[in-house]
Amino acid sequence: MSKTIHINVVENILGANDQLAESNEGLLQQSGTLGLNIMASPGAGKTSFIMKTISLLRDQYRIAVIEGDTSAATIDADKVSSLGLPAVQINTGGDCHLDANMVRNGLAKLNLKDLDLVLVENVGNLVCPAAFKLGTHRNILIASVPEGDDKPYKYPAMYSSVDILILNKIDLLPYIPFNMDYFIDGVRILNPNLVTFPVSCLHGTGLEAWNDWVVQELKEYRKG
Amino acid sequence: MHELAVTESILSIARTQAEKYPAARVTAIHLVLGSLSSLVDDSITFYWEIINRDTPCEGATLVFHRLPAKLVCMDCMTEYEVEAGITACPACSSVKVKILSGNEFRVDSIEITED
Repeated sequence: MSKTIHINVVENILGANDQLAESNEGLLQQSGTLGLNIMASPGAGKTSFIMKTISLLRDQYRIAVIEGDTSAATIDADKVSSLGLPAVQINTGGDCHLDANMVRNGLAKLNLKDLDLVLVENVGNLVCPAAFKLGTHRNILIASVPEGDDKPYKYPAMYSSVDILILNKIDLLPYIPFNMDYFIDGVRILNPNLVTFPVSCLHGTGLEAWNDWVVQELKEYRKG
Repeated sequence: MHELAVTESILSIARTQAEKYPAARVTAIHLVLGSLSSLVDDSITFYWEIINRDTPCEGATLVFHRLPAKLVCMDCMTEYEVEAGITACPACSSVKVKILSGNEFRVDSIEITED
């Protein structure tokens, strides 16, 4: 006679990832390094934004970048290296997101005690990266005007899980149908207190406010 | 889109439980998914049937329990449920709403059978 047993488990499916993320956070904390997870759809301007951020902050802070890519192409990591900063390329092997284990391997290649800021460039995707904690301190989403004003409505998990929203390519607003009120309503419904910076990485517009936010955030983080 | 990684985690959780009952096989796994968790049941099942081969979970059925998302209106404090996406408050049409739940994503229980 066969016997069926019912076992209650109640375990988060991504619990193992969450635990690794916590240990990453601990590693960063030990050295007082702030980690920022930068997410966006492909083409929103993640790499341009990172390059601009580096040029604004490199005189004040020691910065490194972890680049997540689905392929072995090192285009983005090469751009960062060309500025003379440490860059680690993570090839996700086709996976649509970075996870905590990949970031752990990336962090292991960096000398964290010599770093103030680690920028993690996630894989270009508005769905999957939202589900995987990395252990970074703040999640940043870069939206861009050409993507359209309906994105908050279409990607609620992403828009509701981030701490900072960068709206890039605002220099294109006169040329592209983009209803700012509709976009902002969509953001508010998901994330009422989301701090938003409208910027143009191409022209450097709006980046001072972002720069001030990073400076303030690092101060508060180190105050603990 | 990240269903393979998710399905691998489900297998790992189920195998850990199954190890406590070496003579048994896993026959069903009950999953709870909130309606905001953006995962596709068919896709998880597709990967499941491939990766469970030669494990104690081979042939086990995945049972999906979908939970509606719960929201609360910050203007009139009405609580309401949505099956998909997020909508304005049905009572006062305000868009100032807070998500109370809907991102659940867990293995709730496992059924194992000893022959």
